[in-house]
Amino acid sequence: MMTLFIVMISAYAAGAPGALLIGRGAFGRGVAALGACAGSAAGLAFGMSAIVSGRSFTLVSAWGLPGVDLMTRLDGLSAFFLIIIGLLGLAVAVYGYGYSVSYERRYSLRMLGAMLNTLLLSLSLLVVADNALTFLISWELMSLSAYWLVLTEHDGAETVRAGVWYIAMTHAGFVALVAMFLLMSGGDLTTSFAGMRANAAVLSPASRNAVFLLALFGYGSKAGIVPLHVWLPMAHPVAPSHVSALMSGVVIKTGIYGLVRVALDLLGGGPVWWGGVVLGVGAVSALLGVLYALMEHDLKRLLAYHSVENIGIILIGVGAGMIFHGYGLMTLAALGFVGGLYHTLNHATFKGLLFLGAGSVLHATHTRNMEEMGGLIKRMPVTALCFLIGAAAISALPPLNGFASEWIVFQSLLEGFNIPKPEVAMIMPIAVGMLALTGGLAVACFVKAFGVTFLAIPRSQEAEHAKEAPLSMRAGMALLALACVALGLAPFAVVPVMGGMLAGLGRLPDTRMDFTLGLSLASPNGFAKMSPALVAAGLLILLCLTPLVMLLLRVNRKLRVSDSWGCGRIGQTPRMEYTATAFAEPLRRVFAELYRPAKELTIDFHPESKYFVQSIEYRSEITPWFEKYLYDPCLWFVRLLAATVRRLQSGSLSAYLVYGAVTLLILLLIARM
Amino acid sequence: MTGYLLEIGQALLALLLAPGLVGFIRWLKARLQGRRGAMPWQPYYDLRKLFGKEVVMSKNASWLFRFAPYVIFATAVAVTLLVPLVAAPLPFDAVGDLLAVVYLLLLGTFFLALAGLDPGTAFGGMGASREVTVAAIAEPTIALAIFGLAVGAGSTNLGRIVAQTLSNPGAVINPGHLLGFTALFVVMIAETGRLPVDNPSTHLELTMIHEAMILEYSGRYLALIEWAAALKLLIFFSLLSNLFLPWGVATTLTPGALGVAVIALVVKLAALAVIVALLETRIAKLRLFRVPELLGVSFVLALLSVTSSFLLR
Repeated sequence: MMTLFIVMISAYAAGAPGALLIGRGAFGRGVAALGACAGSAAGLAFGMSAIVSGRSFTLVSAWGLPGVDLMTRLDGLSAFFLIIIGLLGLAVAVYGYGYSVSYERRYSLRMLGAMLNTLLLSLSLLVVADNALTFLISWELMSLSAYWLVLTEHDGAETVRAGVWYIAMTHAGFVALVAMFLLMSGGDLTTSFAGMRANAAVLSPASRNAVFLLALFGYGSKAGIVPLHVWLPMAHPVAPSHVSALMSGVVIKTGIYGLVRVALDLLGGGPVWWGGVVLGVGAVSALLGVLYALMEHDLKRLLAYHSVENIGIILIGVGAGMIFHGYGLMTLAALGFVGGLYHTLNHATFKGLLFLGAGSVLHATHTRNMEEMGGLIKRMPVTALCFLIGAAAISALPPLNGFASEWIVFQSLLEGFNIPKPEVAMIMPIAVGMLALTGGLAVACFVKAFGVTFLAIPRSQEAEHAKEAPLSMRAGMALLALACVALGLAPFAVVPVMGGMLAGLGRLPDTRMDFTLGLSLASPNGFAKMSPALVAAGLLILLCLTPLVMLLLRVNRKLRVSDSWGCGRIGQTPRMEYTATAFAEPLRRVFAELYRPAKELTIDFHPESKYFVQSIEYRSEITPWFEKYLYDPCLWFVRLLAATVRRLQSGSLSAYLVYGAVTLLILLLIARM
Repeated sequence: MTGYLLEIGQALLALLLAPGLVGFIRWLKARLQGRRGAMPWQPYYDLRKLFGKEVVMSKNASWLFRFAPYVIFATAVAVTLLVPLVAAPLPFDAVGDLLAVVYLLLLGTFFLALAGLDPGTAFGGMGASREVTVAAIAEPTIALAIFGLAVGAGSTNLGRIVAQTLSNPGAVINPGHLLGFTALFVVMIAETGRLPVDNPSTHLELTMIHEAMILEYSGRYLALIEWAAALKLLIFFSLLSNLFLPWGVATTLTPGALGVAVIALVVKLAALAVIVALLETRIAKLRLFRVPELLGVSFVLALLSVTSSFLLR
């Protein structure tokens, strides 16, 4: 076991400087990919063996660095997140080898490879950290390496802006986390998590509430909950696509890890309203995330907004779990947490897959604008199939993995009638309604995303001449596509393990036995049963049986390929196709109150007659509520402060010398005290 | 073993009855509107004709266009294996619950909408866009209706819901039950593309939803899609009748009980068909952008239904 841990750490630690030294060329990319691959594979194996054995380990407790007390420990929750990191890291590393070819001689491959390995290293350390210091160092290392990765294509104004937003938001969260840990540990950041657990039990309710709210803000800013999500749709699309997959699939999930670790494990659960807040934030994030995704025509931004949505779904599960926990309904609480965490794993696989698919499309067409795509299913069949699997999975369609976890989240909400207080229990049906609407809109959004990108006639020259992605990229996607199918078919194997993994966290019981029932997935106390594997088998049988019966009944099997029906008009051009904007138009009208669309139509008529139109220009924008009404005032305030402080900068050397002397004096005085 | 045979028999019965149900509504509507109309068994002739014709496929379409009809048909048939049509509880009850039924139907809608986009015509895109819009907005009502039924029965599994209502007949007249029925009825109209949401007998681009999507289909593919659409109507009718008024559903697997159950099913389907036909002759189609209001009303009804189930528990 320890060997695997050491292999994991050293592979990442070797991959980073290796990539930095060698850099360009197939060899350089290979070294970066190899480090990440070996590390991820070791991490995956390590997590799997730990979670199956059900024991927890104290890993290297003294790292032997002078003055820095690093402590690491592995329990079920850490092992679960190590599995997520390992699975996605593996796919991303393989994919990245092929994808980064296009960066040769344009951008720094050295930094890309080194930072990818550093990011994976910091993620792995983060989830096994056993004191605040280790946690915060890994957290900051993760944030900074992700920042460098976002800035890979550093010459675009959009990229730089995204980087600034990202680094500002993540550090606002970091401040909250430092404050939270100081509050929990009584001022000593080297206290182990076990010590904090003991500390938290004797904290006053007010401080416990403060810790919870700081955790929600700090981790929420990383996870991208509404309204702290604004950086996410900016930063994720501009990063290299395999990095986007890692950021959307894993990095934002560290927020979920942190929240569960602090609220459930370290604080040992809390009052019911904590769960209510988490559930509310989750429901709002889920709905607004998908609504904004619908209006996006930039394929990667659309996926980024769906990350906001799915973080919301995860938090709905976690929030329901926390509410049940507050009432002491422990089995149901475990159901909610299992639903949320299972969705965390599933979202990592299908969102990773979708970002890799989007990356292949970007690689082939050099655009992220869906309105310039189309017809790619014929030119890139493997990418199209993988993207279709991902799209069906994220739309929670059976028998894929999104359905399995959303089913559990639904079930945990439906069990809300067990809550003794009706006024609290009434939250549940409203959450059910919001979750269902989110699911329906996600289907609409992915019909749009897949349909406009891959189906029909190419809308541009680039799409017309698109080529299938190279082998390494296809392999990365195929790995995640297989994971989507496997996790969807086998919840009966995954869910009990997760029940065991949560046992003991915040007094949760061991619910391994409550979930199992042969091939079926049963929720506790026999409320509902469902078997994705059998549903899949049934569908497969029917899919094979139907053509067979048709063959036996001698149905006419002739097929003639001809033009589409064009209402008598000959010749169909891509301009006659439905666009992504048009596809989303009905929903834009239905939710006009939210979007407040601004429309600008300029028609240039022929001077002779206004029945002949020379050109039409149509522009439409939706109101970005959060940027406009929440962040603009904040930015204004910061600018005001900066303008005030600027008066210090007089430009005269003697003034600066005075500043230096005064600062030194004050510092010395403080040190003396 | 009898149970499994019965499952298959039930699916075959649904396949057999579904076109007749559509034909019956059409015939009744024609009579109500003072036309003679085609006989109720006309859809069977239509299906035979379509299965005998060659397929004309758009040159822009991909493999997805050819694969989608099978998925749509398979999901509809799979659902008939899960829904208690004549008997409950059946062995497949543990395979899928009400949520699985809803998401299986959504899988069919997903592929239907993609197939609508595949040939690259404006009609297909328009139909797909409208279909997913209506499906998305109908989703919360369905989920809440499930919630209401589940709270009452203590389970989302269909067999348990039927058994619970049968053992406690008084529950049928409580307000939660009635409101839930009304909400699901509205959703049924939207999901199966009936008036006032969609007009199943129009080919005018301003009004059509379902028809626009399948405009490029012909031959055996069209036959499969039409059959699946008829099945979907039958599924929603039998969900409405057997979950809210389960009398007649066989709880023992004796030939007598099963015979009664089949007759009861046919009677209930016919009764709902009469209601739908009457409704469709009395009201005009709503503008597309008024449909969300109708579905909003059904959502409020469903929410009230759940609330009253909570308070009266």
